[in-house]
Amino acid sequence: MPQTESGKPVVESGYVKKELPKNIGTIGMSLLVLGIILGTASYLIDPARASFSYLTSFVFLVCIGIGSLFLVSLEYAAGAVWSVPFRRISEFLSASVPFFLILALPLFFNMHNLFIWTNPAAVAGDAVLRQRATYLNIPFFIIRDVLIFVIWAIFYYVLIKNSRKQDLTLDQSITTRNIKFSIAFIVIFAFSISIFSFDWMMSMTPHWFSTIFGVYLFSDAVWVALAFTTFAAVTLAERGYLTSKIKKDHYYSLGTLMFAFTVFWAYIAFAQYMLQWYANLPEEIVYFQQRWTGVWKIISLALVITHFIVPFLLLIPRSSKTNPKILKFAAIWIIAVQFLDSYWLVMPSMVDNGLTFHISWMDFTFPIAVIGLIIYLFSLLAKKNNLLAIGDPKLKRGLDFRL
Amino acid sequence: MHNDKNLFGVAALFDTPDEIINAAKKVKSSGFKYYDVNTPYPLHGMDDAMGLKSSKMGYVTLFAGFAAAAFILFFMWWTIAISYPLVIGGKPFFALPAFVPITFEFTVLTAVLSTVFGMIAVVFNLPFNSHPLHDTNYMKKVSSDKYGLVIEAADELFEEDKAVSLLKDLGGKDIEKIYYPEKEEHKIFQPRFLVFLAVVAILTAGGTYVTLNKFMYLPPFDFMLNQNKGLAQAKSTFFYDEREMRTPVEGTVARHFIPYAYQSQADTTEVLADPLLPTQKILKLGQEKFLTFCSPCHGDYGDGNSRLMGQFPAGPTLHSDRVTGFSDGRIYNIITNGQNVMPSYARQITREQRWAIINYIRVLQRAQNPKPSDFTDIKEINKESGQNASN
Repeated sequence: MPQTESGKPVVESGYVKKELPKNIGTIGMSLLVLGIILGTASYLIDPARASFSYLTSFVFLVCIGIGSLFLVSLEYAAGAVWSVPFRRISEFLSASVPFFLILALPLFFNMHNLFIWTNPAAVAGDAVLRQRATYLNIPFFIIRDVLIFVIWAIFYYVLIKNSRKQDLTLDQSITTRNIKFSIAFIVIFAFSISIFSFDWMMSMTPHWFSTIFGVYLFSDAVWVALAFTTFAAVTLAERGYLTSKIKKDHYYSLGTLMFAFTVFWAYIAFAQYMLQWYANLPEEIVYFQQRWTGVWKIISLALVITHFIVPFLLLIPRSSKTNPKILKFAAIWIIAVQFLDSYWLVMPSMVDNGLTFHISWMDFTFPIAVIGLIIYLFSLLAKKNNLLAIGDPKLKRGLDFRL
Repeated sequence: MHNDKNLFGVAALFDTPDEIINAAKKVKSSGFKYYDVNTPYPLHGMDDAMGLKSSKMGYVTLFAGFAAAAFILFFMWWTIAISYPLVIGGKPFFALPAFVPITFEFTVLTAVLSTVFGMIAVVFNLPFNSHPLHDTNYMKKVSSDKYGLVIEAADELFEEDKAVSLLKDLGGKDIEKIYYPEKEEHKIFQPRFLVFLAVVAILTAGGTYVTLNKFMYLPPFDFMLNQNKGLAQAKSTFFYDEREMRTPVEGTVARHFIPYAYQSQADTTEVLADPLLPTQKILKLGQEKFLTFCSPCHGDYGDGNSRLMGQFPAGPTLHSDRVTGFSDGRIYNIITNGQNVMPSYARQITREQRWAIINYIRVLQRAQNPKPSDFTDIKEINKESGQNASN
């Protein structure tokens, strides 16, 4: 904690609240509406295909939302100071967390399109699925996933409400309380994101299993959340919506973390791949065989290049981690690649449900809604709240952060 | 450009990070170039305050990393796919995923070591080890709880009194004049250091020896030695012939090996025919193998005139009517099984090489007993290639 005078933290942020341009909310809203209309149309045309497209975008959205909430809690738990000026941005980006439950409803109603193990006849004829039926059955699936979404929403409300309250009360004890909540959240998050990834992605190829799969999705989630935070933070800071005290030193840390999670993803993805490639067991290798046939071979190789090699080389130099233009480019690149990765995780499993894969226009309808939702929620929250956590006792140290 | 022969610089101590950053800014803005800051830990913002450009050491790391990755990939490819191809786990020779962990480790290790040694060589300027700041009160303080700044006498603007008063104005304490040591050089290999090195070497070597040769044979580390398995040359209590190593079942054939089917057949004229065409390549191979394996007894030209003549049952000439009349299959059988005192060459000479030798023998025979048509053929060939036939 910084030094206090008469019990109140020193706040010298130089922050003056400026309204975001009105058209940002309009853009977000129109993208959202457009995405919903196109998505509904695609669902009416081909429900089975649209379910997969929807799940891809749902995974994409969950990665953004829960990854941002993780960044917020990580800042509290680690006692980080450099990221305090950007915490509000991560908070706004995690605003989709309470909507996960509603957004998952279409998926719950279309489970038979997505998961082969929901079909009693298929389970009866398959020894492996019979064995896994204790975990992979519809009631238990719905119970645990609803529970996960509810728990995430509760943590979102508690952490974010406390953080906003601090802007007004300047109460330091809120930080102490949020630290405790954050640590609890990180522990629960570690388990829940694994369960989420097992349920919504791994169980589509129900014979296959990989214990590291949850970590894979975690690396993706934090990566894309960092990219969104970086893009929003750099854009807002450049246009003067934050304070002039934000310098390249702050950008550097965002760039370093993006770089770190690029390498982390490569490490996890390769660890998962190499062990199964080496053992070459029939029940394990099927997952990568699906992703190595036809067009998927190209997409898999493209993922190695776009998800690892390009951002790795781009973010190596210190100069690019402090350069706003390169950072914004890297952030947009990462967001696009993250959608490709969600696509890679979900789509090839169509084969397990007896469908044949071909790239469809439907796949690009739902991400429009996702981006629209993120932008709209951001503009909505930015109107009501400060873009800077002006009540945070670590803010001064955060703004004074230098390399 | 020392203003004073022995003076290295003027040093001052500061109490807080803010003071030292402020001092560094002021010294820089006063125009000094040769000054340095020493702190017990890295200070955020010092690079900017001193106006330091980012270090070039990163390029060393980058280059070393890429070079190491390229080298180790080439090395693994060359060893396992080219020089000594070895199938491991049913994977291709060049199994890239299996090479990635090694590439990663080697890249990181080389990049780190290059950075460390590059830094020692370039920045610390080793083996130079007699920096004037060594063993000063100043160095003791800045390596525990103070922040120090030195203005060096090498600077063009340096004037002793002005530097002292500048540091005083900035709030520096314990202002100290640092002189070059009287003895210019320290020996890097001082006796104490050499003794230390020797002790470390003996301890490391002895420890390694004891660990690998003694501890590893004591319980519980010896579990690898007590396995339920047969050892190659050991005596067996299980098999009736008391041998741990088992001979293969009768009729066992090595992989990629087809046994010779006419082992007991004296004349294979009817069943074996030369599968090769007498091309130049085959005749070259036949010549090479003939000179290696056949010529010691049969002579370089197959005429039986070898250096063993008169010392040993001489190899017969291959130009006799009898041998000339042998079929290819019969000669093949003789090379494979041997005949009279000639042993079998089946182990030394592969099947293809045997046929190549036979082709070459035919050439030798033809050369000894040419037909009239051969001369006209040669004339024609020489004419075509524009040479004089008499040559």
